[in-house]
Amino acid sequence: MSQQPLLEIAGLKVTFGRGAASADAVAGVDLTVAPGEVLGIVGESGSGKSVTMLAAMGLTPKSARIGGSVRFRGQELVGMPQKGLRAIRGARMAMIFQDPLTSLNPVLTIGAQVAEALRLHNPGLSRKAAMARAVELLALVSIPEPERRVRQYPHEFSGGMRQRAMIAMAVANSPDLLIADEPTTALDVTVQAQIMEVLKELRERLGIGLVLITHDLGVVAGAADRIAVMYGGRVVEQGKVDDVFYRSRHPYTRGLLASIPKLDVRQERLQPIEGAPPSLTSRPSGCPFHPRCPLAEARCSSEEPLLRQVGAVETRCHFAERLDDPEGGIVVPFDKAPARKAVGP
Amino acid sequence: MQQYILRRLLMMPLLLLGVVTVAFFLSHVTKGDPLSSVVSERQMNNKVVVEAARKRWGLDRSLPDQYRIYLGNLVTGDLGTSFRTKRGVGEDIADRLPATLELVVAAMIVGTGCGIGLGVLAAHKRNEAADHGARFFALIGSSIPVFWSGLILLYLFSVQLGWLPGAGRLDARTAAPPFVTGMFTVDALIAGDLQTFLQALGHLILPAFVLGWAVMGIISRLVRASMLDVLNQDYVLTARAKGAAELRVLLHHALRNALIPTLTIIGYSFAYLITGAVLTEAIFSWPGIGSYAVESARALDYPAIVGVTIIGALAFLLANLVTDVAYALANPKIKLG
Repeated sequence: MSQQPLLEIAGLKVTFGRGAASADAVAGVDLTVAPGEVLGIVGESGSGKSVTMLAAMGLTPKSARIGGSVRFRGQELVGMPQKGLRAIRGARMAMIFQDPLTSLNPVLTIGAQVAEALRLHNPGLSRKAAMARAVELLALVSIPEPERRVRQYPHEFSGGMRQRAMIAMAVANSPDLLIADEPTTALDVTVQAQIMEVLKELRERLGIGLVLITHDLGVVAGAADRIAVMYGGRVVEQGKVDDVFYRSRHPYTRGLLASIPKLDVRQERLQPIEGAPPSLTSRPSGCPFHPRCPLAEARCSSEEPLLRQVGAVETRCHFAERLDDPEGGIVVPFDKAPARKAVGP
Repeated sequence: MQQYILRRLLMMPLLLLGVVTVAFFLSHVTKGDPLSSVVSERQMNNKVVVEAARKRWGLDRSLPDQYRIYLGNLVTGDLGTSFRTKRGVGEDIADRLPATLELVVAAMIVGTGCGIGLGVLAAHKRNEAADHGARFFALIGSSIPVFWSGLILLYLFSVQLGWLPGAGRLDARTAAPPFVTGMFTVDALIAGDLQTFLQALGHLILPAFVLGWAVMGIISRLVRASMLDVLNQDYVLTARAKGAAELRVLLHHALRNALIPTLTIIGYSFAYLITGAVLTEAIFSWPGIGSYAVESARALDYPAIVGVTIIGALAFLLANLVTDVAYALANPKIKLG
């Protein structure tokens, strides 16, 4: 795509705390989202995926220090005064969160909350007109009986309905970009599919660019155009969905893929990635994944790999070339790991 | 909702009967002879006078008899006659209660208004200078005894600076405005007498502040704590993500939720102050119900004691009811029924 990217994040750093106790939750992230594109950001908890997007919205807590650059339609957001950010937030760039049970204000009606999103950015809009528009928005996200539902409170909505209401609120001002932070994680499986359907439909109908933050590869597989895999506050691999799924060059991505249960392959046990993700305060030297990586060599603990194009994907591994394009599916390097044998059945 | 309120109101006489019974018997159990306030000291040795007084005030009857008679009168709205003032207790209370109500309402406006404001400020500026300042100010208010802060402020603002009038409800030469509610500020406004209104308001400022300052401490602490809790909730993040300005996030989204747990203490404080503002009333020569209660207790003035108790109990019952209704209005998850 030759047009200007919608969102362009470059060298983004988010640091919490000061001095010796400081921790980089995000340690230099580069990402772009084109207009109308769906970018999936995948990673374990603590990988920095949510903080990255909160920082892009200017919603990190006051204690966080932000470095690098976030450009939205060419406009720099890092360092922009709150007033300017507020005009963009909820209007051009909206966000929905993981837990719809707690993301809606319990003392305000659904209608009041959707109408507020409208009136904040359209000062001339009357209360009545905003409410009428709120009804339309609830209908847009397939909430039945929207005229009755706008007058209800969040506790009268089911989880799936609340997430729909959140989406209605987020798209109220037809934003260019919608950031969905684990939008289906807290929901039942059947409801998850419905919410993904709503998001897909909206994207097609309104041409919204979508950032889908998730730890669930299954969610992005069906919905995203591109995927960025995050680990230890960095993007470790990114590329088109199919390329990341079938032509990954990073041992972490392959580990993630191998840990998905499959219906078509008989498996006695799932294959987890051994170890735990690095804590924020004690990040390993060199490549942050090396303590858990089956391919790790001495170089990995001293020298951090750069993000580079290898085959179809951009990846951040010294030994990316060793992970050839697998034939007929995913080759998992973890079979060689000695730790796996020890825990075998 | 209306049904619920009606049911609660209908329950009240029953609860009051319990209160009256306990108050009646408790006050009669105390040692001491109420006749000492009826009969002058010199006549106390005169058997004839004492017996006549005993008979006149019904003290020669058995306690159950006295109780029966009292209840019978009470049903007709007669609270009995005070031993001390020789006036109807109902009349006495009607005289005193408006003064206290005026003081307590003003104090609650100061206390809750500033308390909520300080609490929100402290939570918003958590661990910054404004937070420490607000908490210190509130702490002083709730820990300094009212008789001390009252005297100091009276000395400073009235005697030294002369900015505010001294004790009393009005200047000595000003006549009270025509009686409507008994609250001078309100009555002066009704009479269209701006001069008297301003004067009554001036007299109200110091005692209301002193009393409200004490309430402010509790309320601001509670509001701060529950604001901090609420500000961490996801829906606050949602509000920010919508593009709401900080003030709107604080007041429209966070405070509405944070106030729910605070309602209880506001209702309780109000009810407590109706009979509990004794010290403030004493320092500011405020002829309220609190000082009436103390004077009556010292004179073993049974009818007055029970009368004041009824007023205090009624204040608590009504404050509780209002709190419960306010709770239901503030929190849509609560349905009264």
